[in-house]
Amino acid sequence: MTTTTLAVLVPLLPFLGAAAGLLLGRSAPGFVRPLAILPTLAALVLAVLVAARQGGGRAVDAVTELTPTGSVPVELALHVDGFAALVAVLVGTVATCVQLYSTGYLRDDPRYPSYAALVSLFTSAMFLVVYSGDLMVLLVGWEVMGICSYFLVGHYWETPEARAASLKAFLVTKLGDVPFLIGLLALATEAGSFRITKVLGAVASGSLDHPTLIALLLLAGVAGKSAQFPLHTWLPDAMAGPTPVSALIHAATMVAAGVYFVARLLPLFEASRAAMVVLAVMAAVTMVGSALAALAQDDIKRVLAYSTIGQLGYMTGALATGDRGAAVFHLLTHGAFKALLFLAAGVIIHAAGTNSLAAMSRMRGLRDRVPDAFWTMTVALLALAAIPPFSGFFSKESVLGAAEHVATGHTEHAPGAAGWTVLVAGLITALLTAAYATRLWLLAFRGQGAEAPDHGRQPLVMNAVLWVLALPSLALGGLAFRLLPDWFDGHDLTPTLTTSVLGTGVALVGGIVTYAAWRHTTALAVRTPLGAVAAHPEGDAALVEAEAIASHRPAYGDLASAPDPSDPGRLLLGPVHPHAAAGFHLDAVYTTLFVRPVRAGASLVRFLDREVVDTYVRAAGALPRLLGAAVRSAQTGNVQTYVSALLAGTVVLAVAAVLVATGA
Amino acid sequence: MTLAAASHGFLSPTGVEIAFLLVGLVTFGAAVVTVTTRQLVHAALWLVVALGGLAVEYLLLTAEFIAWVQVLIYVGAVVVLILFGLMLTRAPIGRSPDADSGNRWAALTVAVASAAALVWVVVDAFRTTWIDLDGPAAGSTAVTGASLFQNWVLPFEALSVLLLAALVGAIVLSRKAKAARAGEAPPAKTSPTGASSSGTSPSGASSSGTSQTGGVR
Amino acid sequence: MHLAYPAVLSALLFCTGLYGVLARRNAILVLMSVELMLNAVNLNLVAFDVWLSRAAEETLHSGQALTLFTIAIAAAEIGIGLAIVLAVHRNRGTSDIDRLRDTAEGHEPDGPDTDTPATGTAAEKAEATA
Repeated sequence: MTTTTLAVLVPLLPFLGAAAGLLLGRSAPGFVRPLAILPTLAALVLAVLVAARQGGGRAVDAVTELTPTGSVPVELALHVDGFAALVAVLVGTVATCVQLYSTGYLRDDPRYPSYAALVSLFTSAMFLVVYSGDLMVLLVGWEVMGICSYFLVGHYWETPEARAASLKAFLVTKLGDVPFLIGLLALATEAGSFRITKVLGAVASGSLDHPTLIALLLLAGVAGKSAQFPLHTWLPDAMAGPTPVSALIHAATMVAAGVYFVARLLPLFEASRAAMVVLAVMAAVTMVGSALAALAQDDIKRVLAYSTIGQLGYMTGALATGDRGAAVFHLLTHGAFKALLFLAAGVIIHAAGTNSLAAMSRMRGLRDRVPDAFWTMTVALLALAAIPPFSGFFSKESVLGAAEHVATGHTEHAPGAAGWTVLVAGLITALLTAAYATRLWLLAFRGQGAEAPDHGRQPLVMNAVLWVLALPSLALGGLAFRLLPDWFDGHDLTPTLTTSVLGTGVALVGGIVTYAAWRHTTALAVRTPLGAVAAHPEGDAALVEAEAIASHRPAYGDLASAPDPSDPGRLLLGPVHPHAAAGFHLDAVYTTLFVRPVRAGASLVRFLDREVVDTYVRAAGALPRLLGAAVRSAQTGNVQTYVSALLAGTVVLAVAAVLVATGA
Repeated sequence: MTLAAASHGFLSPTGVEIAFLLVGLVTFGAAVVTVTTRQLVHAALWLVVALGGLAVEYLLLTAEFIAWVQVLIYVGAVVVLILFGLMLTRAPIGRSPDADSGNRWAALTVAVASAAALVWVVVDAFRTTWIDLDGPAAGSTAVTGASLFQNWVLPFEALSVLLLAALVGAIVLSRKAKAARAGEAPPAKTSPTGASSSGTSPSGASSSGTSQTGGVR
Repeated sequence: MHLAYPAVLSALLFCTGLYGVLARRNAILVLMSVELMLNAVNLNLVAFDVWLSRAAEETLHSGQALTLFTIAIAAAEIGIGLAIVLAVHRNRGTSDIDRLRDTAEGHEPDGPDTDTPATGTAAEKAEATA
C-alpha cells in the first residue's frame, strides 16, 4: 500500500469503528470492546507506518476533488509532513491507551457502547484534522470534535454539573468557532484556495491583503479549542466528564488541535506582527493565571485541567516566538505525561473514593493501595514540573530557549517583545508549576489520618496502560530532542545552558517552598476533620467518580475549592487564594457580560410571545368561534326560517339586479 | 302597441277592466283571508272563493277552456282533497290559536318586500301595454285543443306519465304506512278507486287507508 | 285591458301565497298557500298568452298549454304532498311544520320529540282497534 492509502485509512478506521459501534452497540454487546479497541489500535499502527515512511522528508501530498463546489474549490486533500506524522502517532497512542483504560474504568457502565463509539469518532476527527491538507475538511474534523466533546463531557448526564459542563464546553468553543469560520472563509477568498499548501504559498508571495484580521479571527477559534485566555473557562468544568475522556481531550485531541492548527499555518501568523504579540500576551496571561488557579483547586482533576491550560500556554508561547518545532515538541511530551496524569488520577479517585485533595490529605496509606499509580504519577509530575531528565524538561527548555532566542533579537520571525513576554511568563509559570505539582503529590500521597478505604484491586488493564505511558513521560524528551529537528523545521531543540539552569532552578525553588509550606500546615489537618467518601466498594471506577463529582459541592460548599486550612496552596497564595480558586472570577464576568443580557433578552422575548403574540393568536381563535356560535344559533331546524332568509336574500339580489340593469 | 296604449289611460277604464278589478279585489281578499284565518276549514273554503275568482278572471281574459278546467280541477278536486287532508290529520274545527308559527313577522316582511319589488317592476315594465280583447276568443276550447294536440302532443303525453308516477308514488306512500299497521286493510279495494280518477288517486289511497273516516262521510 | 291589471294581481296573489308558506304552521295550510302561488303564475301565463296571441301572427298558445300542464302538475303535487303530510302525521302525531326540526344544530334523537312517536303509535292503535 502506498503511504497515501495508509494515511487515508488512519482516520477512516476509527470512524468505521464508531459507526459499527453505534449500530451494533445494543444488538451485539460482545463486539463492543473489540470494535472500540481494534480500529484505534490499527490506526495507531498505520500512523506509525506512515510516520516511518514519511520519515521527516518531503511532505506527502495527495488531492482529489469529488465535485465542483463553487468559486473556491473544496478538495479532499492530504498533507502529511513531519508534524502531522508525529502528532498522528501521539493521537493514536493516547487514544489506544484511553480505549484500553476505558474497558476497565467503565466496566459496568450501561452506556459504554455509545461512549466507546464516541471516543472512536473523536479520535477519527482528530486524525482528520491532523492529516487534512484542506482547511474545509479540517474544519469538519474540528467541529466533529466539538460535538463529541459535548456528548462525552456530558456522559454522567444524571448530575447537573455534567450537564452544565457539556453545554458550557460546547457553547464556549462555538463562540470561538464562529470567528474561526469567518476567518477561514476570508483566508480562502484571499488565497483563492482552501488547500494549506496553496495558502502558505500565497502567504509567502505576500498576496494576502488583510493578514492581521484573518490571523486574529483564526486565533479566536484556536483560543476556544485550545482553552486559551479568555475562552479557557470550559476546560476546568469539563472535568465533570469521565477521567479517560479528560485524558483524551487534554492530551491528544481537542486542545491539541488549536496549537497544531497554528503550527500548520504559522507563516500566516508570522505575516502579522500584531497577531504574534496578541498570541504572546494570550499565552503569558494563560500560563500565569492558570498556574495560580491550579495551586488553589481542591479537585485533583481540576488541578490537572488548569495545568493543561498552562502547558498549552507554553505551546502558544512557543508559536508566538515563531518556533513551531518547540511547540509541537512540547505538545508531544505533554500529550504523553498529561494522559498519564489523568489516567493515574482516575485510579486514585477510584481507590480513594473521592476527588478532593483535602479528603485525600486525611487518608493514610493511599500510596500503598495503588503503587502503580503512585510511581507513574510521580514520574509524570516530575515531567510536568520539568525536572531533568524527564521529558517535560527538554520540551519546556526548548520553548524557553526559543523565547530567549527571540528576546535577544536573534531572529526575524517574531517581535522581541513577544519573546520577553513569553520568557518571563514561562519562568514564573515554571515556578508555579513545580509548586502545584509538589502540592498535588504531597496532598495525595502523604496524607495523615484514617486508613484509606479499600475499593479492591484496580483492574489490570488500567495499571498496564499507566506503565505504557510512563515510558515516554520518562524518556521521550531526552531521546527525541536530537532527532526531532530533522522532522520539523530544523530549529535546534537542544536545551541551552542559561534557560536550563534558570528553569530548573525556579522549579526546584517552587517545589522546596511548597514542601516547607506543607510541613507548616499539615499539622492542622488532623485538627480539622473534613471529607466525604463515595461508598461503593463494588462499583466500577466511573460510578465512584460520578458520585464524587456530584457530592463535591454538597460536601465542601464549592465545586473547585474546599475550606481546608491545612492546604499549602492557601498559605502560599495568601489573599489571592479565593480568587484563584474561583478561576479569577472569569465565569462571573461572563455571567454579567453575556449570560444575564441573554437571559433578560430571552425573558423579554418570552413576555412578548406570551402576552403580545399569543393575544393575537387567541383572538384569532376566539373571533371565528364567536362567529360560529352566532351562525350555529341560526340553525334552528325550522324550514320556514330558512326559506324566509333565502327569499329575503333573493329579493335583495333581484332588486339590486334591477337597479343595476336600469342604471338607477 | 305603444300607440294603441297611449289612447287608453288608467283614469278612463273600460267595463272589462272594472269587472276585472272588482273580481280581482275579491280574489285577493279571499286569498288574504285564506292565509290569515285561524279556522283551518274556513281557510279551505276561502281558498275556493279565491280559486273561483281566478276562474272568473280567466273568463274575462277570454280563456274559457282554462277557466272551466280551473273550476273542475281546483275547485272540484283539489279543495276536496285538502278538506280530506284536514280531516285525516284531525285538524281542529273552530279557532285554533296557533295557526301561525312564530315566523310570522319575518314572513310578513319578506312577503311585503317581494310584493313591493314585483309590483314596482311589473308596473314599471307593462304600464303602457294593452291587451286587445276584441275579436275571436284567444282561449276557446277549439283554439286551445288545436294548439294542444298540434304543437304540444309530446309534452302532453309526458305529462300523463308524470301523473302515473304521482299515482304510484301516492299509493306507495300510503301502503307503506299501512304495512306498518299490520296490513289489515285489503289492498284490492284501493286499486279500483285509484284507477277510476287519475287526479284524485291520493284521495282514494288515503280513504281506503282509513276506512273509518270514509265510512263516516 | 291593460296588461298591468292581471300582472299586478298575479304578483299580489303570489306574495300572499308566499306569506302563507312562510307563516302558516299547519302543513296542509302551507300546501294551500302553494296552490295560491301556482295560481298566481297561471294567471300571469294566461294574461301574457292572450296579449301575445293578439300581437303575433302565428302563435303556439304556449301560455295556455303551460297553464294546463301546471294545473295537472299541481293536482299531482297536492296529491303527493297530502300523502306525505299524512305519513308524517301518522309517524309523528303532528303536521306542524315548525315542530319537524330534525335538521337543527345540536338536535338529539331523544330530545323533545321522544314523546311524539309514542303518542303516534297510541293513536294508530286506537285507530286500528276502531
